[in-house]
Amino acid sequence: MDLILDIGTWISLLIGSFFLLVTGFGLLRFPDLYTRIHAGGMADTLATAIICFGLALQSGFTLISVKLLFVVIFVFLTSPTATYALAQAAFVAGLKPKLDGFEGSSIKPATKNDDD
Amino acid sequence: MEEFTDIFLMLLLVAGSLAVLYVRNLFVATMLLSAVSFLMALLFVTLDAVDVAFTEAAVGAGISTVLYLGTLALVGSTERPRAKLSVIPLLLALSIGGSLVYATFEIPAIGAPDTPVQLSNLTQRFVEVSPVEIGIPNMVTSVLASYRGFDTFGETTVVFTAAIGVLLILSQKHVRRREEDEEEQNGLKPATQSHGQVGSPHDLIPHVVSKVLIPFIFLFAFYVQFHGDFGPGGGFQAGVIMAAGFILYSLIFGLHITKKILPLKVVELFLAFGVLLYGGVGVVSMIKGGNFLDYNVLSADPVAGQHLGILLVELGVGITVTAAMLAIFYGFAGRAQGRGKDVN
Repeated sequence: MDLILDIGTWISLLIGSFFLLVTGFGLLRFPDLYTRIHAGGMADTLATAIICFGLALQSGFTLISVKLLFVVIFVFLTSPTATYALAQAAFVAGLKPKLDGFEGSSIKPATKNDDD
Repeated sequence: MEEFTDIFLMLLLVAGSLAVLYVRNLFVATMLLSAVSFLMALLFVTLDAVDVAFTEAAVGAGISTVLYLGTLALVGSTERPRAKLSVIPLLLALSIGGSLVYATFEIPAIGAPDTPVQLSNLTQRFVEVSPVEIGIPNMVTSVLASYRGFDTFGETTVVFTAAIGVLLILSQKHVRRREEDEEEQNGLKPATQSHGQVGSPHDLIPHVVSKVLIPFIFLFAFYVQFHGDFGPGGGFQAGVIMAAGFILYSLIFGLHITKKILPLKVVELFLAFGVLLYGGVGVVSMIKGGNFLDYNVLSADPVAGQHLGILLVELGVGITVTAAMLAIFYGFAGRAQGRGKDVN
């Protein structure tokens, strides 16, 4: 039983680390702010949940697992919100997405645009 | 494995600190500083100093960053171009840094059994007697709030004084009131109007999420405040978390709405009340026949007296720290708004 839990933890940690690595690559390699925070927000949140799940397997049905669950809920609420707020602020400030689909869209970013 | 973690964190710390120095944009520098603070907290965790790590994470990485950002809203985020390389400060910094590095060679290895700290009778006494004498499991809190209660009183007073100083400097509004009025008449007052009121429908998500989160932030602050006897935590951390809840509210809904809930006058009252509560506990214990901050006499049972004393003293610290952080934030954010900028 312990062995199964250990294996489960290892698999969770490895998958979580993989997603964190993907986040890192995404932050470095994507072309502009919107795609970068997309990479940061999504994979990061998922990785936190998977890693915390793996750690909860080790602690079993204890208070520690409950605390880990709280951490996951907190990150699930805050991380996407932070990403959203960042994207929203950049959009309002007039930063135009590089990979845009704006031609057909009714929403236009503000007039001031600085290409970087 | 532990050595690998240490070296990794240290390298990140060095890289982060150097980046803080080299980055020209102050906003980026602030964020990097926050990351460096968090790395420090992680290092403290690897050194088993959980209470210190908690404080570092809450104060260094959390609230200082917010206060820096408030300042940046006031002064702008571009650094003034550097003058030419000045030799004397460089030499001074190098020599001080060199002597510090030289001093590290004298530091005993981590966990060495023959250091003064390990050999001291005081350490032995804290470890052996404090669970019986004070009756709480977290020895850090015993030492902080009871054995060295006078020191902590001093620290609380320092926080109080700092907040008073910031308020004194930043609340000199009437000097520039006239030009502000002219600016407002010229129609240049975008910040105070557009923010605060529920602006665009795009703000809905931060509004809803923060409304969900803020009660839990306060709950967590109370948990940290009153759980400090049993685990890492205490008045300093709890006060900072409490203030963070208010600051989050203020950043999302606007400063003037927060000031309606918690006016500056009330914050100032709390600021003084916390220190008074701390000092009051000391005075009461003197009236009851003990020494200043000797909690044993507060109750018939010395251990119960210690509990009561530590609870009240930590509460005083928490109240003062909350009020101090809020006062500083109000000071910076209020001025930034007065100039037509906002901390958002």
